[in-house]
Amino acid sequence: MQSGAVLIQLTDEALDPAPLVESVRTDASGAVALFYGVVRDHNEGRKVLYLEYDAYRELAERQMRLVADEIVAAHDIERVAIAHRFGRLEIGETSLLVAVSSAHRAAAFDACHAAVDRIKQTVPIWKKEFWAEGGVWLDGTPVDSAGESPA
Amino acid sequence: MGHFGMQIQVRLFAALAETAGTRAFPLDVPAGSDAGAVREAVQAHFPQLRGLCGRAGIAVNAEYTGADHVVKEGDEIALIPPVSGG
Repeated sequence: MQSGAVLIQLTDEALDPAPLVESVRTDASGAVALFYGVVRDHNEGRKVLYLEYDAYRELAERQMRLVADEIVAAHDIERVAIAHRFGRLEIGETSLLVAVSSAHRAAAFDACHAAVDRIKQTVPIWKKEFWAEGGVWLDGTPVDSAGESPA
Repeated sequence: MGHFGMQIQVRLFAALAETAGTRAFPLDVPAGSDAGAVREAVQAHFPQLRGLCGRAGIAVNAEYTGADHVVKEGDEIALIPPVSGG
């Protein structure tokens, strides 16, 4: 049986959750946890019009795969799939999908949560927020030499 | 820079790229430079990046490394601002 990270995707096209769910589900799966990160219309008191994501594509894909491998090693789960979008995203569009399969739901929820946290800490992707009067690259998590964020 | 220098490729992203006005450019640095020295050379080349480079991590050939990683001719050195994906 194939295990571990089964689908890692970085794309400027709309994200579709169906292939991720299908890629992680096995006949041994009792649960699939699916996380959507979506673009919201406000941040820190401002109305947000849209977001622009930049990515270091080669390293981002490598880092997404590392996160998936790390999550599979650390949790009692079967498979992980991760998809991240870049480019311009409108309000309500999906920026991140994480799907995790496991025999029982608790491990899938925990691993999915941990995967999202690690993606946000280590994958070289950046978002710029646009408002009516301008925009700014959001401050994020510094990465150190291991691709870890300092504790 | 001839015998004592080498050319590397620099890549910038997000606020760094926007502030510098470029995402990629070649840079001549002394042979034997480490990644931290390249980061310094980038700031010397683009003084407007000074405030932004301090918190930038470094990747060499699409792998995170430390500032003491010695770079080679033709390496791709990327400056990685604090990440904000998701």
